[in-house]
Amino acid sequence: MSTATQAGPAAPAGPAHPLAHRRPLGDRGFQLLALASGLLVLVILVLIAVSTSQQASSWFSTEGLKIFTNNWNPAAGQYGALAFIYGTIITAIIAVVIAVPVSVGIALLLTEVVPYRWARPIVYVVDLLAVVPSVVWGLWGILVFAPWIQHIYASIASGVTGIPVLGALFGPPTSGASFFTAGIILAFMITPIVTSLSREVIATVPAIDKEGAYALGATRLEMIRGAVWPHSQGGVVGAVLLGLGRAMGETIAAALVIGSSATITSHLFAPGYNMPAVIANQFGEASGVFRAALMGLGVLLFVITIIVNVVARGVVARSARRKRGD
Amino acid sequence: MHLRRRRQVTAVGVAAVATALSLAACSSSSSSPAAGGGSSSTPAGGSPAAGGAKLNGTLNGSGSTFQLTFQQAAISAFKSVQSGMTVNYGGGGSGKGRTDLASGTVQYAGSDSTIPDKEKANFNGKTVLYFPVLIGPISVAYNLSGVSNLKLTPDVIAEIFQGKITNWDNSAIKSINSGVNIPSTPITIAVRADSSGTTQNFSLFLEKAAPSTWKLGSSSTISWPSTARAGNGNGGVAQIVKTTPGAIGYVDYADAKATGLSSAQVKNKDGNYVAPSTQSATAAASGVTVSPNLTFHAVWASGAQAYPITYQSWVLVYETQSSSNTAKLLQAYIGYLLGDGQQLLPQLGYAPLPSSLDTSAKAQLSKIGM
Repeated sequence: MSTATQAGPAAPAGPAHPLAHRRPLGDRGFQLLALASGLLVLVILVLIAVSTSQQASSWFSTEGLKIFTNNWNPAAGQYGALAFIYGTIITAIIAVVIAVPVSVGIALLLTEVVPYRWARPIVYVVDLLAVVPSVVWGLWGILVFAPWIQHIYASIASGVTGIPVLGALFGPPTSGASFFTAGIILAFMITPIVTSLSREVIATVPAIDKEGAYALGATRLEMIRGAVWPHSQGGVVGAVLLGLGRAMGETIAAALVIGSSATITSHLFAPGYNMPAVIANQFGEASGVFRAALMGLGVLLFVITIIVNVVARGVVARSARRKRGD
Repeated sequence: MHLRRRRQVTAVGVAAVATALSLAACSSSSSSPAAGGGSSSTPAGGSPAAGGAKLNGTLNGSGSTFQLTFQQAAISAFKSVQSGMTVNYGGGGSGKGRTDLASGTVQYAGSDSTIPDKEKANFNGKTVLYFPVLIGPISVAYNLSGVSNLKLTPDVIAEIFQGKITNWDNSAIKSINSGVNIPSTPITIAVRADSSGTTQNFSLFLEKAAPSTWKLGSSSTISWPSTARAGNGNGGVAQIVKTTPGAIGYVDYADAKATGLSSAQVKNKDGNYVAPSTQSATAAASGVTVSPNLTFHAVWASGAQAYPITYQSWVLVYETQSSSNTAKLLQAYIGYLLGDGQQLLPQLGYAPLPSSLDTSAKAQLSKIGM
């Protein structure tokens, strides 16, 4: 066995070879394959962005900045998309506002409060929520949930009419299929992601910090606030942002329960529309500038979700660096 | 020796994967979408009733979902006529069907409307033949307890669907329905969330029948008033009407009947109030002016018993086919749709073509060729 080969750590023992400083063929082949796969993903992403933008270019050139007006009337050739951008943001915010306290609460519960033996089945059940297909959420939402919650909306709305801020938010008109219902369904869908990511982040808090807090006489809540939260806040914020990105892009569930009404209104119980829903609903019969407009909405959605995901990763990375003390 | 063997295996593996990938890329790009597929026809023998030889091959179609139920029933019935032929119909909407025909993905398309001007360029100047295959009424379905024979005029319908009449006991509705006890319920309008040929023809009817009242244009996507409740598909609208007291919506007659909804009688061009049915739809199509290329609008047709909100659907094919086998396959299948297939229509909730229109369409079959 020759020990003279000083190639990289992958160099196998074996008969000495004059070109032993080169990587063996298997390694090189694998390296190329892995590189090609990675590049392929990047190429596909760029191609998607470029080709959809090309298809949408006639919308951008025809409408210019008017795409940011609330004037969606395909029959008259007007494609102002502000109502959909508004709807996407509102439903995503509602989903996050509902899902985050619940998810972080469940995560804290599972790591700090519940004994390990009970934690595992609960984790399993929460993860099952993620397995439910999107279209099933939408069908359940429109056939079961929306008719049931319509009565609750109506009673809340009649209760708050006249009150300044609450009346504007929760007053009539109400409909089972509305911004708020879409927000609730989206919250159900993003809870598993946010919960499992938060749980993993919170579980990495060193036990020594927690023990130290207890040793200093902290109650459980003070320990969570003082020892767990500073460590995990970056990761949890990152998880929330990933959930936000998912809520923005969720299509079929939103399309079925959002009410399909392109209006900008502060009333959360009124029917609305968002970008993925209008694309799914109106793509079949669209042509020409109409189709370009729908593709342009897709491009906008793509850009927004990329930005949200990049910010999420940045926040997570920055808090990880800060935690390491860089 | 062990090492060299491992290197050989790895090299072979990498080469195999690379070959597989390149083969997959090559084969998908070299498949010919425009060809009719299948082997050449065997001229001898065969007993099929569709006039002539036993044919083999595959036909693909897509487009109008209005036709979808009919196409599915016809395809399975056609199997017993020409067992060697496979026909597929994908639905997806009239717009998709026309796009697929233009790009050569399918050999025939179902469309509820003629090719709009802005799409004509996609067909590169090639002639497209229109074969009308069915007629269907659009029902104005309503949910009003105690009222069974509601009458409506086009102007009143236009005002209701623009949100101008908001309560059932409005004077305009009551004056048409004198003697009927109409409760004072708020009106909820139910419309389509998705783009559709049904919306297109319903709005076209309102544009033609109530031109001074209807302001929202005619298109497969209309921007309805914000108070409208939207449902997906005819089934979605039917469900909204069924579960909401005081609701009114436009639904394909077949779905209205299947859901058990009451349909309003609509005043037609001759001044009579007619309910949607197979007979009143065929009557509407008989009273219509048909262009030489077999295009027409069945909405707002004249005829004493014509139902004014009736629409039609065509099968579109290229006049010039790339292979004679495809031409024969198309002639056989479309000939079936126009012949024995028409008998399938009434039980599916459509109306068959009037006989003069059917004859003209059959005569056009011979134009499909090379």
